[in-house]
Amino acid sequence: MTPNLHLWLIPLLPLAGAAINGLLGKRFSRPVASAVALAFCGAAFAMALWIAAQFSALRLPHMETVATWIRAGSFQADFAFYLDPLSLVMLLVVTGVGFLIHIYSVGYMWEEGGYYRFFAYLNLFMFFMLTLVLASNYLLMFIGWEGVGLASYLLIGFWFTKDSAAAAGKKAFIVNRIGDFGFLIALFLMIQHFGSLNFVQVFQSVSSLGVEYGTGLLTSIGLLLMVGAAGKSAQLPLYVWLPDAMEGPTPVSALIHAATMVTAGVYMVARSHVIFERAPVAMMVVASVGTLTALFAATIGVCQTDIKKVLAYSTISQLGYMFMACGVGAFSMGIFHLMTHAFFKGLLFLAAGSVIHAIGGEQDMRRMGGLRTKIPVTFWTMTAATLAIAGFPPFAGFFSKDAILFQAFTSPYGSWVYWAIGVFTAFLTSFYMFRLWFLTFFGEYRGEEHSDHSRAGAPAPHGHGGIHESPKVMLVPLVILAVLSVCGGWIGSDRFERFLAPAFYSGSAAMETAAPAHAEQAASEGLLTSISIVAAFAGLGLAWLLYHRRPQLPQEIAQALGGFYQAVLHKYYVDELYAVLFVKPLIDGSTSLLWHGIDRDVIDATLDNSAEGARTVSDAARHMQSGNIRSYAGWVAAGAAVVIGYMVWMGTR
Amino acid sequence: MMLHLVIFSVFGIICVAAAVNLLVQRHPINSALSLVVVMGSLAVEFLLLGAEFVAAVQVIVYAGAVMVLFVFVIMLLNAGEEERTSASRVALLFGIPGMLVGSLLMAWVLLERSGTRAVAVGALPGPPKTIGWLLFHDYLLPFEITSVLILIAIMGAVVLASRQASARQTRREG
Amino acid sequence: MVPLSYYLVLGGILFACGVTGFLIKRNIITIFMSIELMLNGVNLSFVAFAAQWQALSGQVFVFFVMVVAAAEAAVGLAIIIAVYRTRETLNVDQVNLLKL
Repeated sequence: MTPNLHLWLIPLLPLAGAAINGLLGKRFSRPVASAVALAFCGAAFAMALWIAAQFSALRLPHMETVATWIRAGSFQADFAFYLDPLSLVMLLVVTGVGFLIHIYSVGYMWEEGGYYRFFAYLNLFMFFMLTLVLASNYLLMFIGWEGVGLASYLLIGFWFTKDSAAAAGKKAFIVNRIGDFGFLIALFLMIQHFGSLNFVQVFQSVSSLGVEYGTGLLTSIGLLLMVGAAGKSAQLPLYVWLPDAMEGPTPVSALIHAATMVTAGVYMVARSHVIFERAPVAMMVVASVGTLTALFAATIGVCQTDIKKVLAYSTISQLGYMFMACGVGAFSMGIFHLMTHAFFKGLLFLAAGSVIHAIGGEQDMRRMGGLRTKIPVTFWTMTAATLAIAGFPPFAGFFSKDAILFQAFTSPYGSWVYWAIGVFTAFLTSFYMFRLWFLTFFGEYRGEEHSDHSRAGAPAPHGHGGIHESPKVMLVPLVILAVLSVCGGWIGSDRFERFLAPAFYSGSAAMETAAPAHAEQAASEGLLTSISIVAAFAGLGLAWLLYHRRPQLPQEIAQALGGFYQAVLHKYYVDELYAVLFVKPLIDGSTSLLWHGIDRDVIDATLDNSAEGARTVSDAARHMQSGNIRSYAGWVAAGAAVVIGYMVWMGTR
Repeated sequence: MMLHLVIFSVFGIICVAAAVNLLVQRHPINSALSLVVVMGSLAVEFLLLGAEFVAAVQVIVYAGAVMVLFVFVIMLLNAGEEERTSASRVALLFGIPGMLVGSLLMAWVLLERSGTRAVAVGALPGPPKTIGWLLFHDYLLPFEITSVLILIAIMGAVVLASRQASARQTRREG
Repeated sequence: MVPLSYYLVLGGILFACGVTGFLIKRNIITIFMSIELMLNGVNLSFVAFAAQWQALSGQVFVFFVMVVAAAEAAVGLAIIIAVYRTRETLNVDQVNLLKL
């Protein structure tokens, strides 16, 4: 018999925390507000651990229905939760990293206004993300999907009095919405053809269909789902919101835009693997989008000067890797990279926040330098994360990235093109991460002593003098994440894959033919691994050369490259392109058509004209009320004459 | 029968002449007295139709009380002759001929096409007893309501005409 | 034998005279008297029809008309007295404070 794990509690605990902090938090003192937030988030994490402990005893997939939601004819969607290895991994990542970031935020946001509001929003985000991860049908997942978009909007625009922050929040929400449109159409197709949105039923229906070569229903659904994922996970062409989202506080960037929300797209694609495996065209699109995004974002990241923007582009690039993995059929490798990425990217953001906090709000790397002696703990943890993301063994990122590259090369859906671009992107990743590392921590300190202006994503500068290490409440999560960045990959891709196998049982024959070629795989695996290690070292070497040894070289190279460098520096002018292609026509169209045409000339005009008409009529009629009694008498007589005439006429008819 | 017609015509002409006189006279007291004549001749017409009680009531109540009230008020307010103003010329030009035309038209319609029989003298006797019976049986409700109406009219007249506004006058005088 | 229509014509002429006076007279009291004239014309019609259709209800109605006319005259004259006190005039054109 299936034990009742009370899965519904996991999302609802943070929701309770959000409600308490949101409704009553104004009266709470800071310790109380943080205690409420941490307690509920920690409780969710504890429950996740408890479930993990019992996991082997469960029959999978484990489903719990809480309440009926929609019963419309034969269509049914309930509030039901779904637990299998995939959702367990996501659950642990979300609650674990989320909890650490909550702790970190207590320190980071201590001197900010709206403290309780921040934690209310953070808990609200946790609620939606957990709903997304644990949902057992696409509709409930969509609620979580939309909700994390909302929480992202609220948190990016947390300092809403700042125009750029408010605009960034809007941009994030709108671009997300475009992706959601694709997702919705995919859901409609599913309802139309499968009659249900429950995972179990959809996947059963899909399993009975064959593989679609060329286009068809499954390809359409897959492509539309990918549109949704591209919006949520910031892939081409819907990635533009993520760099702007750095306007939010740094813990927000760490939680939402590194570890959890942006990975929702990857989770969704992985969850829908049954559909994708039967639509090779969609798989190819997924892999291509992922690979191109990885390369594209990495090239932009090379030239950025704001430390958070470098990390933002790095996130986009790493998400591209995850989609590349899903696109070549290695779904579990994509999830593996998701997990390690949560560790090291979350750590990178938190450490960047610690750096920013230390130097009083400055975010431009050109004004940093030589900080490794002044903030040692931050330095060592950030080093661990940088090594992890660059793919150095034995850190976490090496295992996951290497597994992805290997699958890209050998999988029947993959090709050496993906692999080559992936290796080059790994080289670029290593390069720009170590560039960041050298610029921030080595050399001479190039900043002002006390910067008084507050920057995007930075807390208000406080006046304890000089560069100082962050308080312990911020350092402890850094250390924990650093340990995870080091050891997180040691579980090994094979064991991870076996753990996730029940979630990714595959009915497609193509996957099974990959197994027999195991022997020759071992040799090429070694060769490929060494190539990726060489790429990582090459990136480190180049960065060392350009930013440590000969710091004047980058400037010369930039000038030599001229226009190309300018283009990359300006992010290939994509934002400007979108503004001209989409934003401006939309705004102009709505101004002239909707505002002038309909709102002003139809709706307002109707009201104004009816008022005008009433006035004209009453203007004419007011002559009846002249105050002159004899004219009243005249009107009475006239009226009476009409009535009498009528009656006489009726009488004589 | 001839007598019937003669009496009818004589008093009818007196009636109309007095009504026109009411319109023509400029001093309201003359108009009031003309109206008394109208009511008197109407009482005779009522008698011709056999409504003796109504005729008596007409003379006693209408001519004897209401018109006396009018005369009292005219004398109380010391109403004088009307002045001529230009506004009445327009009405005179259009109103009188219009009214003449209208009434002639109506008279023609009534005389030519009414299809009514002749009415004999005293055709419907209206003794007080029968009328009283009707009043207190079939028309009891309107009767009672009318008495309430009279009560209200009394109170209204007393309140409206009382000398509250005289405070202003005494202040002005004193 | 006088046809009924003669009575009706007489009543109609009285009514018309009353309307004319109502419209062209400027003295409030004269206007009131025109109203009484109209009512008298109507009374004649009532009694005439009562005689034609042998129904005494017509005469009973005349009572009610007279009572209402009396009440109206009483109240109306009281109002005229009040108006005279404030406006010092019986000219109806000068009682025009309600104009817009």
